[in-house]
Amino acid sequence: MSNDRQPTASYRLAIASRITAAILGGYALATLFSIALAGLPAAHRADSVLAALLLSFAIYAAAILWAFAARSAWLAWLGLLVPAVLSSVSIWLLR
Amino acid sequence: MKEYFRQSMDWLHTWTGLVVSWVLLFIFLTGTAGYFDTEIDRWMQPEVPAVAAQPPTEQIVAVALARLRQQAPAAERWFIHLPGDRSEPSLRIRWQSAQAADGTRAVNGNEQLDSASGLPTAARATGGGQFLYKMHYRLHYLSKDVAYWTVGVATMFMLVALITGIIVHKQIFVDFFTFRPGKGQRTWLDAHNVLSVLSLPFQLMITYSGLIFFSITLMPLIVAAYYAPGEPGRQSFRSEFERGIEVKPAGIAAPLTPIAPLLNLAQARWGADVQQYRIEIRHPDDANARISLRHAIDSPSHYSEVLVFDGVSGALLTIQPAAASNAKAVRNVFIGLHVGRFADTLLRWLYFAFGLLGSGMIATGLVLWAVKRRQRAEQQNGAAHFGLRLVERLNIGTIVGLPIAIAAYFWANRLLPLDLPQRGAWEVHVVFIVWAIMLLHATLRPPSRAWIEQFGLAAAAFALLPVLNAITTDRHLAHSIAADDWVFAGFDLTMLGLGVVFLWSARKLARRAHTAVLATPLKPGSAVNGSAMLADERANQANPL
Repeated sequence: MSNDRQPTASYRLAIASRITAAILGGYALATLFSIALAGLPAAHRADSVLAALLLSFAIYAAAILWAFAARSAWLAWLGLLVPAVLSSVSIWLLR
Repeated sequence: MKEYFRQSMDWLHTWTGLVVSWVLLFIFLTGTAGYFDTEIDRWMQPEVPAVAAQPPTEQIVAVALARLRQQAPAAERWFIHLPGDRSEPSLRIRWQSAQAADGTRAVNGNEQLDSASGLPTAARATGGGQFLYKMHYRLHYLSKDVAYWTVGVATMFMLVALITGIIVHKQIFVDFFTFRPGKGQRTWLDAHNVLSVLSLPFQLMITYSGLIFFSITLMPLIVAAYYAPGEPGRQSFRSEFERGIEVKPAGIAAPLTPIAPLLNLAQARWGADVQQYRIEIRHPDDANARISLRHAIDSPSHYSEVLVFDGVSGALLTIQPAAASNAKAVRNVFIGLHVGRFADTLLRWLYFAFGLLGSGMIATGLVLWAVKRRQRAEQQNGAAHFGLRLVERLNIGTIVGLPIAIAAYFWANRLLPLDLPQRGAWEVHVVFIVWAIMLLHATLRPPSRAWIEQFGLAAAAFALLPVLNAITTDRHLAHSIAADDWVFAGFDLTMLGLGVVFLWSARKLARRAHTAVLATPLKPGSAVNGSAMLADERANQANPL
C-alpha cells in the first residue's frame, strides 16, 4: 500500500474498494450506529439524538481508519458490515 | 502487523491531507481573519470614529426603539445590541418577521446606528470583517447546501488527516524539539511536525467543533429516524432546544414597558456591564409582548442565561438556564470554543496565532508532498507527472496567492469608488479575481520563479497597506498610536508584520535560487550521492526553503 510507484490493476481495485468502504460504508455505519445510540433509553429523546449527533463524526472517523487499517479490502467491508447489522438489530429491538 | 498499520495510516494521512487541502487552507485563512472580524469591520469603515462617547443607556434604548418602530413596525422580533462590547462596538438593531405560513423565509434586517441620533451610521458600504469570516463556512457564490457539504466533507478529511497524523508520528515529543533547517525534504517534515504538534489540541478542537456546527446537515438521517424526515423534522428537533418563550400575539395593541428598569434588574443579578446586554422584544407593542435579556459571555459555554419579562407589565416571568440539558451544554462548549467570542485580547491573539499555525501546518504538508515527489521524479530522471505539476501550481497560487487575494480585499476597500453600486459585493469579487490571477500566474511561470514573484507581491501587498491607509484616510499609523486607537494601529502593524514575513521568504528563496544557479555547473559527473544532492537542490527550487 505504501509503494505507489507501479500500481497493479488489482491494487487499484482494492484501493477503490477501500475508499468506497470508507466514505459510503463508513457513513452508513456512523448513521446506523448513531441512530442505535440515540434509541437507548433516555429521559428526553432530543437529548439522546443530540448526543448521538455529537458522537457520529468520531464513529465515522473510526470507520474510515478501519477501512484502511484492515488487512484486506474484503475484511474492511466485513468489519463495517458486522457492526452495521448489529446496530440495525438494536434499532429494531429498541423501536 | 504493526508496521502494516503504520504504513496504511501513513498512506491515508498523505492522501486525505492532500485532496482537500487547498479548500482547507481557504477555510483556515479566512476563519483565522474572522477572529478579528469586528476589528476588521472598523478598519474597513474609517469614517466611523474610534471611540464615540455613549449617551446614557436609557436614551440609547429609546433611539433604537424609535428606529425599529419606523423600519420594522410589523416584525415579530426586535433585537437591540447595546454598544461598547468588542463584538458590538456600535449600536445595532435587528429585526425578524414571522415565518409565513407558506414556508417562505422570514424577512430579516439589521442596521448599525449612531447611538446619539438613532440614524444609520454614515460610512462606506463594505463587506467588512464579517464577510471575510462568513466565507470560511459559506465559501461564496455557492448555495448554502453545497457550501455546507463542501466545508463539511473537507472538515471530515481534516479530522482523519489529524488522527492519522498522530498515529504515524512515532516520536511525537522528540520530533517536537527537532528542527533541521536547510535540509530540503527533512526540513519540511520537521516544520510540518512542529507546527502540528504545537497546535494539535487547537486543531482537534476546531475541526471537531466545525463538524458539530453542521451535524444536522451532514447527518440528517439520525434526526429523521426520530423526527419527521426532511426540514420539518429538523425544525421540530431544533425547537425542542428553543429557549424562547412560545407565545402568540394577542392582536391587541399595548404600550411597551420601559426597558431601563429591566436592565437594572438584570445588572443586579449579573453584575456585568450593561453595555454587553442584548435585548430581544417578541411581539412588540402587542398585549402579549415579551422582553428577554441576555448578557455577553465570558466563558466558552457560549449562551447566557435569559431573563424573560412581560413586555407590558414588566414582570419577570422566567429565568431560562444557559443550556437546556447536558448534551446541549456539551454542544454549546464546542461551539463556544470554536467561535471564541469569550476571548479577551490576549486569548484572541492566541486564537489568531493558532489559526496561522494551522494554516502553516496545511501549507507545509502540501509543500512536503510536492518536494518528496519532485525529488523522486528528478532522481529517476523522469519528467514530473501531471499530478505533481498541478499540486505545485495549486500550492503557489493558494499558499501565497490566497493571502495576496485577502490583501487585495483591503486594497479594494480603500480604492473602489465610494458610490459604486454593490460596493461590498465587489470587494469580495476582487478576492476571487485576484486569487484566479495568482493561480494563472503560477501555471504560466516556472515554479521557482513563481514562488519568488508571488512572495514579493505578497510582501508589497501587505506592507504597503498602512501606507495606503495613510494616503486614503487621516487615521495613519502614527495618528492611531498617538490617539491610543489600537484597533487601527493593530491592523496596520499586523499587515506590516505579515509583509515582513513574506519579504523574508521572497529574499530567502531568491538567494537560494541564485546559489543553486552558481552551483549547478560545478556538480555534473560526480558520484551517485552528488546527483541525488543535485536532484534535491532542483526539487528545492521548485518548492521553497
